[in-house]
Amino acid sequence: MAARPLSPHLSVYRFAYTMALSILHRMTGVALAAGLIVLVCWLMAIAGGEAAYARFTGFMGQGLLQAVLAAWLLAFLYHFANGIRHLFWDAGYGFEKAQARRSAAFVVAFAVVAGGVFLYLFFCPDGVRS
Amino acid sequence: MKGGTALGRVLGHGSAKNGVGHWWMQRVTAVALLPLTLWFLVSLLALHDVDHASVAAWIAGPWHAVFLCLLVLTLCSHSSLGVQVVIEDYVHGHGLKIASLLLSNFAHVLVAAAGVFAVLKVAFVAN
Repeated sequence: MAARPLSPHLSVYRFAYTMALSILHRMTGVALAAGLIVLVCWLMAIAGGEAAYARFTGFMGQGLLQAVLAAWLLAFLYHFANGIRHLFWDAGYGFEKAQARRSAAFVVAFAVVAGGVFLYLFFCPDGVRS
Repeated sequence: MKGGTALGRVLGHGSAKNGVGHWWMQRVTAVALLPLTLWFLVSLLALHDVDHASVAAWIAGPWHAVFLCLLVLTLCSHSSLGVQVVIEDYVHGHGLKIASLLLSNFAHVLVAAAGVFAVLKVAFVAN
């Protein structure tokens, strides 16, 4: 294959925190792709009947995997909010440096606040799911 | 030193003429996923019990089954397009890159087929 130059050339830029958000969008995306497998395993377990469902929920009920589920929820909320930010860019809005930084702060704030609310609702004993 | 004409040097190395299609479908699926994923999260929260019978009964609701199938298919499409770009950017070496792309593609189709089958089985067999 021809050794053509490939973008992006990250090393030539001074680091800005918006770059961290950009790479985090990819990282959460890849993590969510793995989460998609678990989502479909959940559906397959339900389709497999009560015993299969009990095995699945028993397996996913382990502490470490509960933490992974919580991390997936946060990753989803971040990817969701930052995805909307990307859609605005695609439509041609919000490219100014100040706007991009403001929307970055908003995305992180949304992920943290919504993450707190959803984590409480899903995981706290008196939340909807225990 | 490269030989050939300017045209000859770029032929076969450039656009496969579907870049815009990839970009556009990534956005179309993203927009579709905004309401679908929110609906799914809120529905999960609204489930009073998460025992097998309750969850199966919820999935078997006609609109629930339809939206769940759409959710799984759209997620797989969006994920496939996204993972493809990540592989293209970060996996180096021609053979490894092609193998990774094939694996990702097959895995996404498998996950999509399994998800839709599971939802339909619950929808048609339960109740």
